Amino acid sequence: MHSFGYRANALLTFAITILALMCGIASFSDNFNSPSPTAQVQVLNINWFQKKPDGDDEVSLTLNVSANLESLFTWNTKQVFVFLAAEYETPKNSMNQVSLWDGIISSKEHSKFRIHTTNKYRFVDQGSNLRGKDFNLTLHWHVMPKTGKMFVDNIVMSGFRLPKAYR
Amino acid sequence: MGWIGEQIDSIKSLNVRQVLTQAISLGLIVTSALIIWKGLMCITGSESPVVVVLSGSMEPGFQRGDILFLHMSNAPIRAGEIVVFNVDGREIPIVHRVIKVHERQDTGEVDVLTKGDNNFGDDRLLYAQGQMWLQRRHIMGRAVGFLPYVGWVTIIMTEKPIIKYILIGALGLLVITSKE
Repeated sequence: MHSFGYRANALLTFAITILALMCGIASFSDNFNSPSPTAQVQVLNINWFQKKPDGDDEVSLTLNVSANLESLFTWNTKQVFVFLAAEYETPKNSMNQVSLWDGIISSKEHSKFRIHTTNKYRFVDQGSNLRGKDFNLTLHWHVMPKTGKMFVDNIVMSGFRLPKAYR
Repeated sequence: MGWIGEQIDSIKSLNVRQVLTQAISLGLIVTSALIIWKGLMCITGSESPVVVVLSGSMEPGFQRGDILFLHMSNAPIRAGEIVVFNVDGREIPIVHRVIKVHERQDTGEVDVLTKGDNNFGDDRLLYAQGQMWLQRRHIMGRAVGFLPYVGWVTIIMTEKPIIKYILIGALGLLVITSKE
């Protein structure tokens, strides 16, 4: 009954239970954080805008993204994955989401940033619908915890429009 | 001789009982594990509710040996979600992030493009020859929760099978020899 094996087993079980409980509590504590991030995006320039040989429209943008994501960080946050997506509707597709830029923020110190960039991923439509198209730029973030549940949210910035002609 | 025979009988009856109890407790362990797994499958709607990260393509978010909890609902797939997908002709599922989504107006079908956070380019090179997009049927689930390090147990066991056999043997021995 009180052999070494039993004691080792009891100790291990207890340790794992406590560890699991602490992981659960750490993840649960994230729910008490109510973040209020802010973001602004400007389209500084349309670098070029063309129809590819296969018939799909492609555009290249220069963007200025500034955001303050400090309030997303808690003690259980490992990193925040942040990305900017162009979102628009076409006759064929009810939803188009094209990621233009993304970044990984590993600490609170780096979570207030301003960057000036061209689109990191190609902005290609399925078809030729981009001329004069209104679109939203949405800043999404994905909070990755040290352990437990992941959180996602976004800020939608609307009122962007592509030019009526290729250039 | 009668006394010895009695003793042997008592040992025999005891052994049968003990063996039966142990067999039942072993069966309980196995079936409860199966119940938990199948129950998780029902709740999450994913054919494998828990996956182990095998590559470093999502670092620093997910490292090799981390465990992901998957969920598969009817909610539409959106950019930014981390999905687990199977490519035709490849056996091992891949955990990557969705970067582009095109959803059809009439049928609601989706075309999805993925990329690993730590990879330079998108996943078109990983897809089957000539495949440009993933469809709904390729996707096994989306990651909703995360637990570090625990998956190392399965990685070690698949890569060094001898450790698995030693572990199973030791556990079996423990179950058989334990009295209570």
